[in-house]
Amino acid sequence: MLEIRGVHTFYGNIEALKGVDLDVHEGEIVTLIGANGAGKSTLLMTVCGSPQAQRGSVTYEDTEITRMATFDIVRLGIAQSPEGRRIFPGMTVLENLQLGAITTNPDFFEDDVAKVFDLFPRLKERSNQRGGTLSGGEQQMLAIGRALMSRPRLLLLDEPSLGLAPLIVKNVFRVIEKINKEGITVFLVEQNAYHALRIAHRGYVMANGKILKSGTGKELLADPSVRAAYLEGG
Amino acid sequence: MQNTFEYFLDQLINGVTLGSIYGLIAIGYTLVYGIIGMINFAHGEIFMIGAFVSIITFLTLGIMGITWVPLALVIVLVMSMAVTSVYGWTLERVAYRPLRGSPRLAALITAIGMSIFLQNYVQLLQGARTKPIQPVITGGMELMSSKMPDGGTYVVSLSYLQAIILILTIVLMTVFTIIITRTPLGRAQRACEQDRKMAALLGVNVDRTISLTFVMGAALASVAGTIFLIRYGVIDFFVGFLVGVKAFTAAVLGGIGSLPGAMLGGLLIGIIEAFWSGYFTVEYKDVAAFGILVLVLIFRPTGLLGKPDIEKV
Ligand SMILES: Nc1ncnc2c1ncn2[C@@H]1O[C@H](COP(=O)(O)OP(=O)(O)OP(=O)(O)O)[C@@H](O)[C@H]1O
Ligand SMILES: [Mg+2]
Repeated sequence: MLEIRGVHTFYGNIEALKGVDLDVHEGEIVTLIGANGAGKSTLLMTVCGSPQAQRGSVTYEDTEITRMATFDIVRLGIAQSPEGRRIFPGMTVLENLQLGAITTNPDFFEDDVAKVFDLFPRLKERSNQRGGTLSGGEQQMLAIGRALMSRPRLLLLDEPSLGLAPLIVKNVFRVIEKINKEGITVFLVEQNAYHALRIAHRGYVMANGKILKSGTGKELLADPSVRAAYLEGG
Repeated sequence: MQNTFEYFLDQLINGVTLGSIYGLIAIGYTLVYGIIGMINFAHGEIFMIGAFVSIITFLTLGIMGITWVPLALVIVLVMSMAVTSVYGWTLERVAYRPLRGSPRLAALITAIGMSIFLQNYVQLLQGARTKPIQPVITGGMELMSSKMPDGGTYVVSLSYLQAIILILTIVLMTVFTIIITRTPLGRAQRACEQDRKMAALLGVNVDRTISLTFVMGAALASVAGTIFLIRYGVIDFFVGFLVGVKAFTAAVLGGIGSLPGAMLGGLLIGIIEAFWSGYFTVEYKDVAAFGILVLVLIFRPTGLLGKPDIEKV
């Protein structure tokens, strides 16, 4: 579904991605783990063309999207809940969700909102509250919900468990599995390697802008070097 | 100074109609500032172009024999909005978009340059002399009258012209408030204001949204241009300067970036000017408006309805 081949991405002179190859197949949960600054968020943003890859190619369902504009890429059915959540602080929960639905047929809106509220009942109670006043966990739910509003076929999630209480983390991972079972392919960036690898079909390990290792979730969980680097105490 | 209440009412009507002009222009400053964080100093010239398109259309209609006022007015408004919008769109496309992401100073200087360019452009095309127009809308209605001590009567009236200006302004402001607060376009605009990158990630065409913002601002300024023309009857290539600066003042007074702020600011500046001219002297009316601005900014640096810039994201 998503093919990333030899992708190099730069911020000015800094080479954040140094030739990344990665695949996400339809129906999978694929996770990408790695230390801070490895380039995980950069990879997710490169898929969405912001920034664009300088070299290499990104292909989504046989369409090369490497040089496409961000708003055209996401219209192909890719949605991202980005690093830092990026909720619109001055808008209500409902307006944030409406913005998520900007690329879809307005007729779907009522149903889709109901589905999101079903996944995150908390959001329903807060639907008229401004995004900036939500708690971190609620913002995370809203970011995921907003991404779902576009009816994506590929969902990119950047550290959805960051800063959440353990109980809520569990819930978020449950939701991710549920979303996936309903047919949405998930590409998940996580620091929380243990949880991520447990729910993932396959995983990649990234360091310094390169893919170090890949394998099924089970394989990586069992891999001693992965355990040492990312799972100690996890 | 007898009949104080009637006199007061008179000035108020004057002030509100004047404020309509400032408010309509101020919205353009505020929308553009909100979405790309720059002061479009050429916006006053967009207003001036709106006034010129209006006068050309009026005169053309006159030659064609279309003199029935309601029809002529509608055609003039539509023409003026359409042509002026194209100018607003082009201005952004040609002068500002290439500078997106460059330092603010570059955009600011470009805006001042575009302002001078547009003035000279109109001067070249239309000449430097003032252009007059016959009164288009005459007559009015009496609101109240009272006996003066010397035996005369003091009549407070609302001219049809003023009534039309008020109705037009109220309708336009309502429509634009609805667009900004309730429609997908308005949501996209506010999203671009708050986080342009995220807006793009959701599928908003950011460039197009910014273009449409310039078009909306220009359309409103063009209506202000039409109103200015029919109210004062004369225009020249330089009218955009002072009116533009005052509308900008209005936007800052109300809180730049805030839509209701721009409307309120416009209204206040208009009223202050009218009362100053009515009760004190006409000479210092500009100073009065700017003086109030300075005072307000000392106590409320973000303007009357402005929000502080810092937001938890
Ligand atoms: N906007 C930017 N400008 C310059 N350098 C950047 C920018 N964004 C990221 N970088 C650099 O690119 C590298 C990769 O950053 P990235 O955010 O992709 O890491 P990450 O794997 O997501 O890290 P984390 O786990 O901390 O979120 C880092 O060295 C970072 O400093
Ligand atoms: Mg990151």
